[in-house]
Amino acid sequence: MIDESVIQRTIGAALGTGGEFAEVFVEDRRSTGAVLDDRRVEDLSSGRDRGAGIRVVSGDTTGFAHTADLTEAGLRQAAEAAAAAAQGGGGGTRVVDLTRQTAPRPNEIRTLPEDVAKATKVELLNRADEAARAEGSDISQVMVRYGDNRRRILVANSDGLLADDDQVRTLFAVSCVANGDTGMQTGRESIGRTVGFELFDIYDVEDLARRAARRAITKLQAVPAPSGSMPVVIGKGGGGVLFHEACGHGLEADLVAKKASVFAGRKGELVASPLVTLVDDGTMSEEWGAYSIDDEGRPAQRNVLIENGVLTDYMWDHLRARKEGRPSSGNGRRQSYQHLPMVRMTNTYIGNGADDPADIIAATDRGVFVAQLGGGQVNTATGDFVFGMTEAYLIEDGKITSPIRDGNLIGNGPEVLTRIDMLGNDFEMGHPGTCGKDGQGVPVGDGTPTLRVTSLTVGGTAA
Amino acid sequence: MSDELFSLADRVLSGAHSGEQVEVVVQCDRETQVRVYGGQVESLSSAESQGVGVRVVIDGRQGFAYAGTLDPAALDEALVEARDNAGFATVDEHVGLADPDGVAVPDLALFDPALAATPAERKVALATELERAVLGADPRIIGLESADYVDVMSEAVVVTTTGIRTASRDGACYVMAHALASDGDETQTGFGFSVGRDPAALDVGAAASDAAERATRMLGATQPRSERVTVVLDPFVTAQLIGIIAGTLTGEAVQKGRSLFADRLGDEIASPLVSLVDDPTDARAFGASQTDGEGLACRRNDLIRTGVLDHFVHNALTARRAGTSSTGSALRGGFKSVPSVGCRAVRLEPGDLDQDAILGRVGDAILVQSVSGLHSGVNPVSGDFSTGAEGVRVRGGQRAEPLREFTVASTLQKMLRDVVAVGSDIEWLPMAASGVSLAVADVTVSGGS
Repeated sequence: MIDESVIQRTIGAALGTGGEFAEVFVEDRRSTGAVLDDRRVEDLSSGRDRGAGIRVVSGDTTGFAHTADLTEAGLRQAAEAAAAAAQGGGGGTRVVDLTRQTAPRPNEIRTLPEDVAKATKVELLNRADEAARAEGSDISQVMVRYGDNRRRILVANSDGLLADDDQVRTLFAVSCVANGDTGMQTGRESIGRTVGFELFDIYDVEDLARRAARRAITKLQAVPAPSGSMPVVIGKGGGGVLFHEACGHGLEADLVAKKASVFAGRKGELVASPLVTLVDDGTMSEEWGAYSIDDEGRPAQRNVLIENGVLTDYMWDHLRARKEGRPSSGNGRRQSYQHLPMVRMTNTYIGNGADDPADIIAATDRGVFVAQLGGGQVNTATGDFVFGMTEAYLIEDGKITSPIRDGNLIGNGPEVLTRIDMLGNDFEMGHPGTCGKDGQGVPVGDGTPTLRVTSLTVGGTAA
Repeated sequence: MSDELFSLADRVLSGAHSGEQVEVVVQCDRETQVRVYGGQVESLSSAESQGVGVRVVIDGRQGFAYAGTLDPAALDEALVEARDNAGFATVDEHVGLADPDGVAVPDLALFDPALAATPAERKVALATELERAVLGADPRIIGLESADYVDVMSEAVVVTTTGIRTASRDGACYVMAHALASDGDETQTGFGFSVGRDPAALDVGAAASDAAERATRMLGATQPRSERVTVVLDPFVTAQLIGIIAGTLTGEAVQKGRSLFADRLGDEIASPLVSLVDDPTDARAFGASQTDGEGLACRRNDLIRTGVLDHFVHNALTARRAGTSSTGSALRGGFKSVPSVGCRAVRLEPGDLDQDAILGRVGDAILVQSVSGLHSGVNPVSGDFSTGAEGVRVRGGQRAEPLREFTVASTLQKMLRDVVAVGSDIEWLPMAASGVSLAVADVTVSGGS
């Protein structure tokens, strides 16, 4: 994307005020989006973002500047601004030799979305709309979204690292409204992978649309969600959101270092039910949170965070790892070249257990079965977290019965982790997610088999 | 500066073909972020970003493209891409750009040159001072997750072939702290902030004491039992609630069958105590703006008047479809998207009681001081409302023990009708809504059994 000698001189300029570490991150992103809503293809949009973020570390201070001007002069100006912000001590020049490094790609891209005709993308929207509406006359509105983006990045730093990646992601989502005697209800389904247009060879948009429509229609019969603490069975796939919130964020080394995590200082301790082995894996082929290198140039890794209930490690970015004198775990990510990297999850999941999912339901006298989770939020310092249920049912006498209306569940991470008493053998990855932290969103995946938490607080209105 | 932005926009506009409408938005932002930790600058970032968004309408079909640069070649490419994209949209007779409507653009003085003139050292000093003040506020404060100073200055122009030509310029800054408090056994957190258009307007002491107070008051908090109860929402919580309600009152939600209140204009949908207003022309609001996302003048819109649904907000498209005129409510997230429709500065008309007086009136209640998971637990289409919450028990009108790990649930429809008191204590917050204390009867609190 940029000549190596220019990068080298830019790093030299960034170290001009005596900083100990400098990094250049270059990004070139093209995206396409299309929306069909209210039976109309509303608009197709294209975007281009291209620029560089430069950081300089001096002592405990990081200076950062970014620019959309990728000429040598533009890069130098940003480098000097970052250096001034870091306010290092002496001066002097350092020449850094860059060594190009390669990391395995999680998967090959077969069909670049940019090579696909726009009309073909729009056609997918119409097919999904028709399929959703054909599912029943109760469907009163359908919105369909298509999105793809190709993000090429290059990272170079004063340790001599030089690496690049070409990341392609494709996403498709359907949101339906059903209207009945009980008011309106919603149903949503989405797929997203780090693949190109071949996504639609693997997944059928009509099938996705029908599932979203059925979810909305089913909820027309929903009764108010119960209120209070009770056993909760979480269905395979999207249940990973529970772990993302209940402990994932608390295992990010930046929060741990500031004692803003309930899991600080607990490495080696039993923090969860022995059934729980939690993995964060950026190398998972085709998954939404996968990449070849992170946004600091480090190869993605498979990191075991909790093994049989014991906390084995946290997740690390360059800065935190450097302070501890250990390698980064490949979790340094940023939303764009306009942002500083920080510790982020990739694909976070719990592996299979031994229970038959049907047995988990049958063994539950009274409770709630959550088939699809919405987003969530956690306070890492206290461990208190919430997550939404967007498709859920009552469990009565060991059977799944009435659908229930949307609501939140609330719990405390360290407590909930110890209350997992059954784990299914039906592991699946869930829906593509966007994880927000400190104002930055990055794509993440999660997954679980069906599992049971002996007690969680369900935030409904029914006694 | 705006001359330069106008000339870039004009350059793109000059490429319009006959028979097509073209809208060009050019925006330039300057942002500084300082984070301090342990008395040292942890990070200091200072950057300028700019870009252009181009919308083309040809024969009732719309296309859009943006570029995150003002490089001339990229500007030309954006117009070509937007035009090409328009060919794939469905024909819609109502699609089109805004037309000038004669409403004068208010002069709100949203940009204070003092902000642009503030040196980086002063910004670092504010964040450092904030961290020190939080640490000194209470012996139970064990540290901070973050102590930040942030400012953003933005300048944008909208130029169209339909005759719109407006410029806007604003700036704002804030300090914000997230404090950690511990009594040895447990840790709790709290935030505090202060917002202004000029660093001199920031009250670092108040931000620090708010953060320390919010964190320490939660120490020893327990989970309440499930019950039906009256809740009093802190202004910060009320602001988030009315932001969600305002989202259901847009022309887009109504026309697409996603609003609870679609056919309720003129109906009593709320307690007579409730008057909901969107007024971006009030410069005290963080979301104040002179112009909307399509370049029309912002104006005050009354959404609910003493409980009666009075108005929906519109952009050019939804207004045309509804057979009315735009309320100046086109929203856009910078230059990277087509305009949607929504509110910028929602507030409730204040009542005449402060929070203490409201607590005295309701007697027994739960004071909800923070909520989490509104994005996951509130369904603005069905109206189901469920949120994680923290707060304090209120007994005999007095604040008692702290409570955590509970949810508050009802429906948006029911909560509007169940409002029993609106506070006089308006707080201007760094979001698209302002808050007052609000008492809502008969909600379900879920906690332990």
